[in-house]
Amino acid sequence: MDVNDIIRPENMVYAKTPILTDTVMHYCPGCPHGTVHKVIAEVIEEMGIQDKTIGISPVGCAVLAYNYIDIDWEQAAHGRAPALATATKRLNPDKYVFTYQGDGDLASIGTAEVMHACNRGENIVVIFINNAIYGMTGGQMAPTTLLGQKTATTPYGRDAKLNGYPLKITELIAQLEGTCYVTRQSAHNPAAVRKLKKAVRKAFENSMMDKGTSFVEVVSTCNSGWKLSPVQANKWMEENMFPFYQLGDLKDR
Amino acid sequence: MAVKGAIVVDTDKCKGCGVCAANCPTQTIALSKQVNGKGYNFAYMENPDNCTGCTNCATVCPDAVITVYRVKI
Ligand SMILES: Cc1ncc(C[n+]2csc(CCOP(=O)(O)OP(=O)(O)O)c2C)c(N)n1
Ligand code: SF4
Ligand code: SF4
Ligand code: SF4
Ligand SMILES: [Mg+2]
Repeated sequence: MDVNDIIRPENMVYAKTPILTDTVMHYCPGCPHGTVHKVIAEVIEEMGIQDKTIGISPVGCAVLAYNYIDIDWEQAAHGRAPALATATKRLNPDKYVFTYQGDGDLASIGTAEVMHACNRGENIVVIFINNAIYGMTGGQMAPTTLLGQKTATTPYGRDAKLNGYPLKITELIAQLEGTCYVTRQSAHNPAAVRKLKKAVRKAFENSMMDKGTSFVEVVSTCNSGWKLSPVQANKWMEENMFPFYQLGDLKDR
Repeated sequence: MAVKGAIVVDTDKCKGCGVCAANCPTQTIALSKQVNGKGYNFAYMENPDNCTGCTNCATVCPDAVITVYRVKI
């Protein structure tokens, strides 16, 4: 069968969701920020909530997320997205409100904000992109950087004596009474992306059920910061990140 | 029931990351020797006969530049 007989509108089984704009994303080739944006956009499309969703973008590589997902957005000061989300959701309880934050943003400068928003049980969704590094600023160590991992500021590898221990902030969040759903996912292969989509959808649905905060970590790569190709970075993540940041639900109630 | 598939890559927007090819179960995709306007070796169907239209490549593409088609034969 000729390819041109297959490539017809009636045979289309997958296309970019219109919730993603046509703007080319500024992310490096293979960066999972793009994949996670796509997953969020597809969930918004499937739930039919484009005009009811407000995102809060972080400081970090995803600061410009508002250019790519066609919904209403706010852009927070570094780490403060959960505070903006709190106010936004309390003033607009009929809206779906989510933050999108990196590990530098959420687990370092913004630790207080996310902890207290989760402890208050704000009816928001937190999407947490853990790539174990500060991507935007040139690959410095993050709280989540693994022991032994080389970064611009730990050129010989993270040393617990000097740099402290990698922070499993998701495990801490799961212990807070205010959270209803805490899960750790990934986006490196088709099965992982499909699972992530289910988790994001559940988190969005929870936010309308007065159950508390839903927290979705996505274990990710930063191939530029890690100085690996995108495919090598995914492999490195599977071998080094997954044993420490184990995938799966930490809490679901 | 047999199926046959095909993909269309938006080659201007593809960044040549290779994640699609690494996740294609039928080795349909390769990165081209040519580059696009941004200098990236874009993805294309090197073995179009292999494609089953499974959508794996499009699911993992970070830039959402793959459209997938499938027919029953
Ligand atoms: C108050 C303040 N302090 C520091 C910075 C510099 N800065 C910008 S992004 C960033 C870290 C981003 O890392 P992460 O949140 O992990 O996002 P990624 O780029 O890895 O996705 C830092 C420290 C800033 N912009 N504002
Ligand atoms: S620096 Fe890292 S996190 Fe930022 S766009 Fe590039 S790969 Fe993604
Ligand atoms: S995954 Fe997407 S951007 Fe990357 S090479 Fe394939 S088509 Fe291009
Ligand atoms: S649709 Fe499936 S078989 Fe076809 S190129 Fe994509 S991953 Fe390969
Ligand atoms: Mg980061």
